[in-house]
Amino acid sequence: MAYVPLADQDKEMEMHHPHSWVEKYVWSQDHKVIAIQYGSIAVFTGIIGLTLSVLFRLQLGFPESVDFIDPNFYYQAVTMHGMIMVVYFLTALFLGGFGNYMIPLMCGARDMVFPFMNMLSVWTFLLSVIILMASFFVGGGPTGAGWTLYPPQTAMEGTPGHDMGIVLMLISLAVFIVATTMGGLNYAVTVLQYRCRGLTMMRLPLTVWGIFVATILALFAFPALLVAAIMMLFDTLLGTSFFMPAVIEAGAPLDHNGGSPLLFQHLFWFFGHPEVYIVALPAFGLVSDVLSTHARKNIFGYRMMVWAIIAIGGLSFIVWAHHMYVSGMHPYFGFFFATTTLIIAVPTALKVYNWVLTLWEGDIRLNAPMYFAIGFIFTFIHGGLTGLFLGNVVIDLPLSDTYFVIAHFHMVMGVSPILVLFAAIYHWYPLMSGRMFHEGLAKAHFWLTFLGAYAIYLPMHYLGFLGVPRRYYQIGATDFIPASAQDLNASITIAAIFVAVAQLLFFVNIIWSLKYGKKAEKNPWGSASLEWQTPDLPPKHGNWGDELPTVYRWAYDYSVPGAHEDFIPQNTPETVEPTVDEEHFDPDQDASKADI
Amino acid sequence: MSEAAVAANSPAEGMDGLVDDWSADKQAYHVPWGKAMMWLFLVSDTFIFSCFLVGYLNVRMTTTEPWPVQSEIFALSFGGAPIPLILIAIMTFVLITSSGTMAMAVNYGYRRDKTKTFWLICATALFGAMFVGMQVFEWSKLIGDEGVRPWGNPFGAAQFGSIFFMVTGFHGLHVTCGVIYLMWVALRVKRGYYDDKGFEIVEIAGLYWHFVDLVWVFIFAFFYLL
Repeated sequence: MAYVPLADQDKEMEMHHPHSWVEKYVWSQDHKVIAIQYGSIAVFTGIIGLTLSVLFRLQLGFPESVDFIDPNFYYQAVTMHGMIMVVYFLTALFLGGFGNYMIPLMCGARDMVFPFMNMLSVWTFLLSVIILMASFFVGGGPTGAGWTLYPPQTAMEGTPGHDMGIVLMLISLAVFIVATTMGGLNYAVTVLQYRCRGLTMMRLPLTVWGIFVATILALFAFPALLVAAIMMLFDTLLGTSFFMPAVIEAGAPLDHNGGSPLLFQHLFWFFGHPEVYIVALPAFGLVSDVLSTHARKNIFGYRMMVWAIIAIGGLSFIVWAHHMYVSGMHPYFGFFFATTTLIIAVPTALKVYNWVLTLWEGDIRLNAPMYFAIGFIFTFIHGGLTGLFLGNVVIDLPLSDTYFVIAHFHMVMGVSPILVLFAAIYHWYPLMSGRMFHEGLAKAHFWLTFLGAYAIYLPMHYLGFLGVPRRYYQIGATDFIPASAQDLNASITIAAIFVAVAQLLFFVNIIWSLKYGKKAEKNPWGSASLEWQTPDLPPKHGNWGDELPTVYRWAYDYSVPGAHEDFIPQNTPETVEPTVDEEHFDPDQDASKADI
Repeated sequence: MSEAAVAANSPAEGMDGLVDDWSADKQAYHVPWGKAMMWLFLVSDTFIFSCFLVGYLNVRMTTTEPWPVQSEIFALSFGGAPIPLILIAIMTFVLITSSGTMAMAVNYGYRRDKTKTFWLICATALFGAMFVGMQVFEWSKLIGDEGVRPWGNPFGAAQFGSIFFMVTGFHGLHVTCGVIYLMWVALRVKRGYYDDKGFEIVEIAGLYWHFVDLVWVFIFAFFYLL
């Protein structure tokens, strides 16, 4: 592994120069190629997760209309959908995909600090995906215990995939954690130790801050999942009783005694809650940069945005038991976790205010990425507010395990991060491919996705208020749920199919544009941050040509009074005198802006 | 170099130093990349072992069977009289000693004394291998003579065996990996691979090794004394 002495590390950086096509695109050590590999694998699993969701939505909307969707298949589909989307799609795409692509470019580095380990990370991730997908083809199929994998249900005879499915799932998670750790160590050390000259931590774009703090969360939260996975593997394979209490199944006691199912829930959610922010913080960062660039205005309250990211990251470790109010806990603990949960809303709301204030009086350019970024503000406020409901113990108890919860977390960590992903992919598409995407298609994609998402999740809140429980294969006839709930379910399913099909617009757009898109000019959005200032577009291996850049300012110098253009790139020296445009110079306006 | 220049180059103390580190460009800490990465990894690994130990304490509370008396199980007899915890005492002594040789290796590494560094790392690895060997002896005694299994044992709660094999096994894996890592570093030291790059790698390997020692202290306290 490349080991580099302290003195002038960037000059000593051992670059791996590829000699063949395979070395360049398959066993590549270039962070940009690795990012695309990570992203492609993640998107591939995401498509599978999406397909599964359409299948089980068919069952919910039109019960028993599809032959092969029996209760077992249904549970397997919801389980795999959840796990794939949260871990293998969102986490991998944000950290592995955008983390890899953005960190070295935005830090003015040539690559990650340890490119070889970075390459290992992506191939280990592929291995974990292969193991996960293998569970579809083993006897009994994948596990159907729900994405939270709560014991003792995972091990019971009645749960589909209780033998091979769960084992493969746990092994796959453990392998994924190894991959994330290798990648995460690289991202964190690159941000800390491999910034270019002049680039202090407080000059980093918020994208880097979001991914950096999320990486730290991943390094500290995934261990809990690893331990839970190892212990559950022991329970399944060796017959130990870590999580298995004495259980009587079909009249006969199982061969377990004295374990603690609650221990699993604590370990799982000690990972699970930071995981929400592992997905959310990179999204916060990316969307801040997209908003600021397309509003031609500096991000409002940069320092507070950074501190909010750090505060959210820290707080996310002490809120986990709000997922377990119905598991039973001492009222004082419920009080504690409700309090911390509501406190986390403070820095989060601060970020939302700052996004809105960034738009305020901005010179907003309504490009496709901006559509998605503004859409995100809507869905995130929406999902965040329902989170305040669920954070309170007394409101959570009746709403727990209903469709209200599903609506909440799909709004806040499903739709919102995915809108940011689309915003970010469109925004940085010219950088990654050197071509422009088709603007009209992208906007059509936005409207179908954004309105469709509301058509899916808004009615779910109402279903939740009615008391429709989640995870049920079929509601059936009950006293308290009106028959009209089924009509609502059918409409949700139709909307879901529309939204799923609408994603074809996205794939068609980015694949078609690769070849036929308009050639992108350098820095097409007029962005001030460093990743657009590379000598080549898209950047070549090593990113910066002969000399590393030097940074003189923060990443948000937009519409600076008196500047030549409405943005000043980070690597523009301070010594350049801003020339005042006499014709358009308005002293009053500039004086007022300077005060802010 | 004047005194003022020295003062300007040396890192500030306390809070000012912290501020200097985090507000600097290029790098937050004046450490090589590998060392920063090892520190981060070790903090992450701390979370793993903490979760294991919390899990252990938790199942020890939830299990309905009585917990076995460890001092009797882990006693060894020399000439008739059982001495409680004697094997563990020796294992702990060996591992702590290895930390000492490791620290000396780091010192000689920075002095660029390759021969001494090489042999001291080898000694450290040898102590580590001895530790793993004694662990193998302990495990085979527990499994073969006493009939302790992960899923049950004759002394009481089944979780005793489960958690014992899992956690000491996980720690033993760390020691084994450490021995391999140390040997790899030792060979590269001897071949002069670090002559140009500097010998920080010895310290980085040492960080890992001391961490594994420290974890053992906790495992020792939690499993054998508690």
